[in-house]
Parts: sequence; C-alpha cells; structure tokens
Amino acid sequence: MLQTLGLLLGCQLLGEMTVRGFGLAMPGPVLGLTLLVLILTRMPILAERLRPTSTVILANLSFLFVPAGVGVIGNLEALSGDGIALLVILILSTVLSMLATVGTFIGVRHVTERWTT
Amino acid sequence: MTDVTSLWSYLATTPLIWLTITILAYLVADGVARRLGNPPWANPVLLSVLLIAPVLWLTRTDYSTYFEGAQFIHFLLGPATVALALPLWDNRDTIRTSVAPIMLALVVGSIVAAGSAILLARAFGLPMEVLLSLAPKSTTAPVALGISEAIGGIPALTAVLVIMTGIIGAVAVTPLMNLLRITDWRARGFAVGVAAHGIGTARAFQVNPVAGAYAGIAMALNALLTSLIVPLLVRWLV
Repeated sequence: MLQTLGLLLGCQLLGEMTVRGFGLAMPGPVLGLTLLVLILTRMPILAERLRPTSTVILANLSFLFVPAGVGVIGNLEALSGDGIALLVILILSTVLSMLATVGTFIGVRHVTERWTT
Repeated sequence: MTDVTSLWSYLATTPLIWLTITILAYLVADGVARRLGNPPWANPVLLSVLLIAPVLWLTRTDYSTYFEGAQFIHFLLGPATVALALPLWDNRDTIRTSVAPIMLALVVGSIVAAGSAILLARAFGLPMEVLLSLAPKSTTAPVALGISEAIGGIPALTAVLVIMTGIIGAVAVTPLMNLLRITDWRARGFAVGVAAHGIGTARAFQVNPVAGAYAGIAMALNALLTSLIVPLLVRWLV
C-alpha cells in the first residue's frame, strides 16, 4: 500500500512540478497519470503491485468528491438570482454533450470497423 | 451542560470530527445506494452532501471549518487521478484499436459541452461573467477554475457549476444511454467522462470497469482540450 501511495504521489509531484515549471495549461495529476502509463510501458510488472491499493481508491472515487460537493451547498449564493436558469442550462448542456460524444464515438467506430475489415 | 460545551469546543478545533462525519455520511449514502442496486438517482456524492449539509447548518459550522477536516479526503483526488493509469493500462489493447472514435468523440463532445453552455446562457440572457463562468463546466475542477479566471469568469461560481455538472452527468448517464439502447461500455463511459469529468467517471466505475477506464481517459483528455477550446468558442460565440 505504501509503495503504491509513494508511486502515485511521486508521479503527481513530478506532474505538478513540470506543469508549474513550464506554465502548462493542464492539471499536475493528469500529467502524473500520463507519466505512470509511461512507467508501466517500461515496467509492466508494476501493474500487479499497484492493483490492490489503486482498485480500492478507484472503487471509492465518489467519496473523494464529497468535500467539494459540500462546498456547493456552502456556496449556493454564488448562483445569486440565476439558480433555476443555470440548473436548466446545466442539464440541457450535459445531456447534449453526452449525446454528441456517444453518437460520434459509435459513428466513427462503425466507419473504422467497416474500413479495416 | 458545561461538559458538553467544552467537549464541543475541543472537537470543533480538530479535523477529527468533520473527517469522521464525512466518512460516516458516505458509508450511509453508499450503503443505501448499494442496497437499492445503485440506481442513478441515488448518487453517493449527492446523498452524502444531503446528509452533511443539515449537520453543518445545525451546528452553525462554516465551510472553512468543515474543510479543515475534509481537506484530507479532498487531497486524495490527486493520487486518485494518477491511479487512473491502471485501468487505462489494463485496457490498452482496446484503446489502441479505438483511437479514431476516442479523438473525434473527444473533440465533438468537448465543443458541444462548452458551446451549448455558452449559447444557452445567451438565450437565457444571463450576465456576461456568469456565461464565462459556465463555459468550462464540463472539465475537471482545477482546469475549469483556471480557464474561468483567464477568460473573465468568477472562479467561485465555476466551482459550484463544475460539481453540479458532475452530479447531473452521473445521474443522467445511465437512463439516457439505456433509452438510446447503447450497449458499448466504451462509448457510454467516454461520454460521461467528457461531459461530467471525475464525478461522472466515479459513476462509470460503479457500473462497469471498462466504462470507468474510458471515462477516465475522456476526463484526462478533456482537461487538455477544454483549455484550448473554451477561449476560442468564447471569441466566436459571445
């Protein structure tokens, strides 16, 4: 567990340092994720050592969003008078985005599958 | 009575109580959701928030006090994001064969996520700084806050809108995909990752491991793309 945490935090730290050092427009942990994938391509054996702890973390991913979620309740006045309009917009826009993404994914998959077979 | 007061004044100064309450609330929320078979509306993040909010209100605790305890949980979002490397690695073979759908769906989904928010905000006649705060709502919070600040939005408002978007996506994805009879877990996961970042990804992992892996990829790629796309869309659509 500690080895896994050390590796995850180490990748995040390197990611954060690179992002800050070069002024990149991406979050440090996302660069850390990329770094860990690169490490796994070099050392595939690490995957099994990472698995137990990583599985526990990812199975409880929702838990990690609770503090930020409580922050929404504490900050609802930020919505001021536009709460209802914003809620309607968020629902419509999120559904539209999922429809566009899933439609494109499946459409392109059909085309490429026909092309390669 | 003085004992209770002094006990409370002790507890209120340590992170222990809010850390414990957050874990207990989540265990109750997740337990209820599981017992019901994880229906989309019983979102564990939403249920936990609804359990904790009245406690904060009754004890007159402000968010900064709560966060002194809860920050230890919040901090783990970083290493958890890095841990998404493992499902990505596990699915590397199917990912390699679906590079074209991944890239095109990412670009289309990301443009629709920000573009529809901008156009709807205009249609509703919302103030400019609210529109600008709304535009990056589908990407992960640290990126969204950075974009909001750079284009002239209100980061505090963006923070609220990002979390609300995540919960809406997590609740809506299963009924929406079932309605459309979409059975490809890759496509389902990818869609919720693009539209609803980490909270959508957490939902995808709850439903199916392949959906979770693809949601994680979508969230990571959208974090990169949104910061390029939103400033351009704002220039064209506003």
